[in-house]
Amino acid sequence: MDSVQVSGPGDIRTEEMLLNMGPQHPSTHGVFRAVIRTDGELVLDCEPHIGYLHRCFEKIAESVSYLQVTPYTDRMDYLAAMNNNLGYCLAVEKLLGVQIPPRAQAIRIMVAELNRIASHLMAFGTYGMDIGAVTPFLYAFRDREMILKFFETICGQRLNYNYVRIGGVAKDLPEGMVERVAAFLEYFEPKIDEYNALLSYNGIFIERTANVGVISPELGIAYGLSGPVLRGSGVRRDLRRDEPYCGYEQYEFEVPVGTGEMGQVGDCWDRYMVRVREMKESVGIVAQALKQMPAGDVMSKEIKRVIRPPKGEVYVRTENPRGELGYFLVSDGSQNAFRLKVRAPSFCNISILREITRGCMLADLVAIIGSIDIVMGEVDR
Amino acid sequence: MNTEEVFATIKAALPGATIVEVLDNKDPYLLVPARHLVDICKFLRDDPRLKCDFLQCLSAVDYLDRIAVVYHIESIFHEHRVILKVELPREDSRVASVTGIWKAADWHEREAFDLVGVRFEGHPELKRILCAEDWEGHPLRKDYAFPVDYHGVACNFSKARLEWAERGGKKSAS
Amino acid sequence: MIAVMASEGLAHDLLRLFPALDEMSPWLSVPLLGLLGCALVTGWITVFALFAIWLERKVAGHIQCRLGPMEVGPHGLLQTVADGIKLMAKEDVIPRSADRILFIVAPVVVFTATFLLFVVLPFDKHVVVADLNIGVFYLAAIASLEVIGVIMAGWASNNKWSLFGAMREATQMVSYEIPLGLALLSVVVVSGTLGFQGIVETQSGWFWRWHVFRSPFLALTFIIYYIAALAECKRAPFDLPEAESELVSGFHTEYSSMRFSIFFLAEYAFMFLVCGVATSLWLGGWNTGIPALDGLTGPLGIMIRTSAMLGKSMFLVFLQIWIRWTYPRIRLDQVMYLCLKVLVPFGFASLIGATLWELAFPGRVWFLQI
Repeated sequence: MDSVQVSGPGDIRTEEMLLNMGPQHPSTHGVFRAVIRTDGELVLDCEPHIGYLHRCFEKIAESVSYLQVTPYTDRMDYLAAMNNNLGYCLAVEKLLGVQIPPRAQAIRIMVAELNRIASHLMAFGTYGMDIGAVTPFLYAFRDREMILKFFETICGQRLNYNYVRIGGVAKDLPEGMVERVAAFLEYFEPKIDEYNALLSYNGIFIERTANVGVISPELGIAYGLSGPVLRGSGVRRDLRRDEPYCGYEQYEFEVPVGTGEMGQVGDCWDRYMVRVREMKESVGIVAQALKQMPAGDVMSKEIKRVIRPPKGEVYVRTENPRGELGYFLVSDGSQNAFRLKVRAPSFCNISILREITRGCMLADLVAIIGSIDIVMGEVDR
Repeated sequence: MNTEEVFATIKAALPGATIVEVLDNKDPYLLVPARHLVDICKFLRDDPRLKCDFLQCLSAVDYLDRIAVVYHIESIFHEHRVILKVELPREDSRVASVTGIWKAADWHEREAFDLVGVRFEGHPELKRILCAEDWEGHPLRKDYAFPVDYHGVACNFSKARLEWAERGGKKSAS
Repeated sequence: MIAVMASEGLAHDLLRLFPALDEMSPWLSVPLLGLLGCALVTGWITVFALFAIWLERKVAGHIQCRLGPMEVGPHGLLQTVADGIKLMAKEDVIPRSADRILFIVAPVVVFTATFLLFVVLPFDKHVVVADLNIGVFYLAAIASLEVIGVIMAGWASNNKWSLFGAMREATQMVSYEIPLGLALLSVVVVSGTLGFQGIVETQSGWFWRWHVFRSPFLALTFIIYYIAALAECKRAPFDLPEAESELVSGFHTEYSSMRFSIFFLAEYAFMFLVCGVATSLWLGGWNTGIPALDGLTGPLGIMIRTSAMLGKSMFLVFLQIWIRWTYPRIRLDQVMYLCLKVLVPFGFASLIGATLWELAFPGRVWFLQI
């Protein structure tokens, strides 16, 4: 066992332990490694090591055509694949300068928000499980299963959709989809209150998450955090509202932020609660999308078979369930991208781990990692 | 402030530097010399009219004749953004680190170093982040040769790939 | 010799059935009786664990809107049997750098501690392995042996995470023995005896004579005991030592097959034990609460009273399972806070309160003489 002699107060010999919360661990949300130096239960330093899921996405994007990149984008943040597709397609469409038909836009928003609900359900369930309550996990997955069934009906895939394509979406919604989704929304909305009663306002859960892992707004902005993590610290910043894309300006929704209801502003509870409240907002957005679903094409007619955007560079960002997902696309006029750099929200969000885990307990470390809600697929790409 | 005003403010703040505005791109950016980068970034962050406190993205791009580092910077307060580009020679791609200005740059610069080989001077701990610590080469460079094996594990299986590596990673035509 | 050894219990019954035992040399009859007791307790533990594991999986399943085991046997009743066979057939892995002797002895120590405690648990007036007149004291003493086994397991695994689990476990179990003991003491003071059968007998009569209804302080001690027992059993919300999502499996990470199943068995046996003790001390034990039924003699009476005891204990076990699948896990410093700053002061207060109440209103149920 590695240990370092540290002379404690009153010259009592104490030893530090070097622990490896290895790539394989039940609660690190993927292949994430944290090398922890602890003094008993107290964490002195926690250094994250990433790269175990690096699959060279950016290099591959340089050697396949633009259309072939879309399935790869699914596999980065595999829990919010629709949003990944959307971001990439928006980047290419900005370079091409095409107009997306309104029906495609409405469908894009519908699937993106449904995916947001599914992703937040996953975050909610696994967070409960990390804290020790296994039951909410099962409930969350029961509801997530319904959403995945919708996606399977729409595009044939449950997790990696390749549905949002350059110029629109791959194919139109099947018959009766609108009614089924509306029925689901009616079923799901009261469930959020049920989950709140079960987990969010549970005394033990609050004790485990309130006042833990506090991120101040300045620290969050300095580290480039985004999404529920930054909103949990009170910064009301949501790209869907501040820089609307894909028609979001036509929808009405609130942007929940952390208010320090149970502890300090920016603690784990706030970040978690922002996600729960966002689920409710997403339900509203999907309902609006269903109501105003315009008729028409789902794919722009200007898209040719071989996509060759003009020379140029764009940076397009979208609001992923985990934060700001940015695609920096450099095109040299050929049919492959010259450079595609992905600014993954989890990559930036997890960089703050070292800073906020100093002086917390080992059990808090798990709570903090869970509240940041990372997906290693997009951290490593 | 819109883009032109932001560019004008920056140019006015550093009259001695040769800053080029590139406006014909879909996202207009400023081409700044490497030695003035830290001053410009500090000015961006501290000036009350600009107050650019959020580093959105830091990317390194290997244009075949040069390497560029692109900074996408935003102000959450004023809701405007700036894009800076620094161009570096391929053989000696070094630039000052902006970790002291935006902490977010820490990991972004490590990734740029890892994948494209840009050295950031002044970075607290510049080591590889995505590839293994003892990996050789910088994968996202255009002349990157895939290794044949790594600690005895074969990386390249096809003959074509081996030949491609021998050619220095270039396509045979052009 | 045997007649002297045990005035009640198994030995007493056997004497009546087999008078020859009295004439046997004590060197023969005492071990014989001991073995018989062991066999009975082991049998009971195994059967109960089989049932309890099935119950846990079913209750967990239904709480989580799913069915639980359904395939093996009707409604999955034989699932645990299948799991037991699977566990026995698994490869027994001992890590190369583990401390072999401690590694092998640890589960035995844990199981033995639990096993020994079943000796004093009364199922009926004359159905108990040995009614020691220091029953409660014996309980408190032997229960602390389990900590040694857990620490041995954590240390011998040569795994930092197991060590973490073992250290957390030691802290938790040793601390929660204080409120446990205080709660037990309150009941002893009110009933005037340390022996289990004696305590159960002071609760005979109508069900409002049970200790939990006797005085507000005793009701409070029941709650304190139950919480402390949850912590002793390492059940959620106090399952930090085996926190699955943090420490993989805590102190028994490195154990596989039969060794792991011994830990598993010991855990469920201990669950029943603490619930059985709670029943005996607060809920009237084998008293049904209706004097007519209590007075029945013969096999029918034994069956009714034993069912009463089992029913009450099983309800408390069900309650433990229910709590586990509802609540999250408490962090270690919060566990210690709860113990030392909440349960211990309340425990002391209720001990003193129960004593004074008994002095002020002797033999009454709250204020009433019923």
